[in-house]
Amino acid sequence: MRQYLLSVHFVEGAPAPSDEEMQTMFRETDRINDELQAAGAWVFAGGLTSPDSATVVRIENGNPTMSDGPFVETKEHIAGFWVIKCADLDQALTWAEKCAAVCGPIEVRPFDDLSQA
Amino acid sequence: MDLASIYRAEYGRCVATLTRLLGDINLAEEAVQDAFTTALQKWQTLPPNPGAWIVTTARNRAVDRLRRESTREARHAQALLLHHQDDPQEVGPVKDDQLRLIFTCCHPALAPDARTALTLRLIGGLEVPEIARAYLVQEATIAQRIVRAKKKIRDAGIPYRVPAEHELPDRLPPVLTVLYLMFNEGYASTAGELIDADLCAEAIRLARELAALMPDEPEVLGLLALLLLTEARRPARLDPAGGLVLLADQDRSLWNRALIAEGHDLVRRCLRRNRPGPYQIQAAINAVHTDGAATDWPQVLALYDQLLALAPTPVVALNRAVAVAEVHGPAVALAALEDVDLPGYHRLPATRAELLARLGRHEAAAAAYDQATALATNETERAFLEARRAELTQTWSPT
Repeated sequence: MRQYLLSVHFVEGAPAPSDEEMQTMFRETDRINDELQAAGAWVFAGGLTSPDSATVVRIENGNPTMSDGPFVETKEHIAGFWVIKCADLDQALTWAEKCAAVCGPIEVRPFDDLSQA
Repeated sequence: MDLASIYRAEYGRCVATLTRLLGDINLAEEAVQDAFTTALQKWQTLPPNPGAWIVTTARNRAVDRLRRESTREARHAQALLLHHQDDPQEVGPVKDDQLRLIFTCCHPALAPDARTALTLRLIGGLEVPEIARAYLVQEATIAQRIVRAKKKIRDAGIPYRVPAEHELPDRLPPVLTVLYLMFNEGYASTAGELIDADLCAEAIRLARELAALMPDEPEVLGLLALLLLTEARRPARLDPAGGLVLLADQDRSLWNRALIAEGHDLVRRCLRRNRPGPYQIQAAINAVHTDGAATDWPQVLALYDQLLALAPTPVVALNRAVAVAEVHGPAVALAALEDVDLPGYHRLPATRAELLARLGRHEAAAAAYDQATALATNETERAFLEARRAELTQTWSPT
């Protein structure tokens, strides 16, 4: 079994979905989660608040300092993600297709060997 | 005994089987290379089945090597080998393994450039410098593409298996594209010599293997037929001075009759299945071109109409316009090209130039030839375009 991160991306300035669209998205996401759990592929999933609520912590000269986030100033941010486990990339891609139909483009990224053990 | 040709023929098959046995492409390649080195020292005469000899030797060498190592890959490979130990048939290369490896190399999760390089290296058994020469790319670039692709296959867990029937519509086209582009690069090289016969031969060899492995896929047969019917005309494509000869002006007696017969036979087999696809239609078009003493243009146009409906790309629209010109005249063809946009592709202005010249609009034709010449990357094609433009000025001189 391998683990994959399926991340959902939010593009700044893109038109916000209507309430109704959001409701559909939540409902469909729940359905995918149920399906993942039934297939034994579910590890974790969650949605994130907007990047302006992020805080960056770093150690400078041995002392922790905090600053208003996000860490990377880009127009695209992670809006949520799944961690799934399955046999190979093809299976991960099949799950990603279902997620993409609900949440837009999905980046599929494998965890490294140490995390799979 | 010609070890080089055995290497070329058996390398891909042996790597494919060892990849299944060891679960890792790099280990498989090392083991097969080890086995060929041993063969070089030990073979006095050719063994009855060289492929089986290589697979068995590679497998034994791999076992020795893995016992000495203790990396994660080595442990994994040892476990796999143990698992396969009492599998009695595995003495030689297994056909399905090669099909598995082709689908791994052409997986849509890999970058298109990487798919071609990896297929040539692993399936075709070409060395990195050979691939670099064929594509006029630095050796380091090709080497890096291959290393990166193999790393992604391992890290991302790209599977080593033949896709299920329902996955084939997504997974077969990238495989066919790799073989088609490989042939095209050989047939109309982007730079250097116009024709790289080795690359054409390699693409045809792989298409033949794929057709033998998937005889029920009409698009696979269609691709093979297309390559054979195009290859058949190669001897007539350049004049003795190395200049380009257009289809209509080619000496048909130079065409390869055996390849044409084989191509026509494949097209007929496809037609019977009645599951048309872009490669089958292109093969049918080439079958018409190679049938009888001259091309039946209305039939070619009908096929292009069908192709355009199935694959509405600008390149198809451009090729269709050539058939339109033959059936309905250059003015109609020119109008058909009005909305076609192919930035940077010399064949669009070159075709416009031909049509304008036929309409007697020499000034516009000359401008289009200049545009095409500026875009053409191949010396032979540039020389051809310049000659066509010069023919214009013999009857018309620019002011």
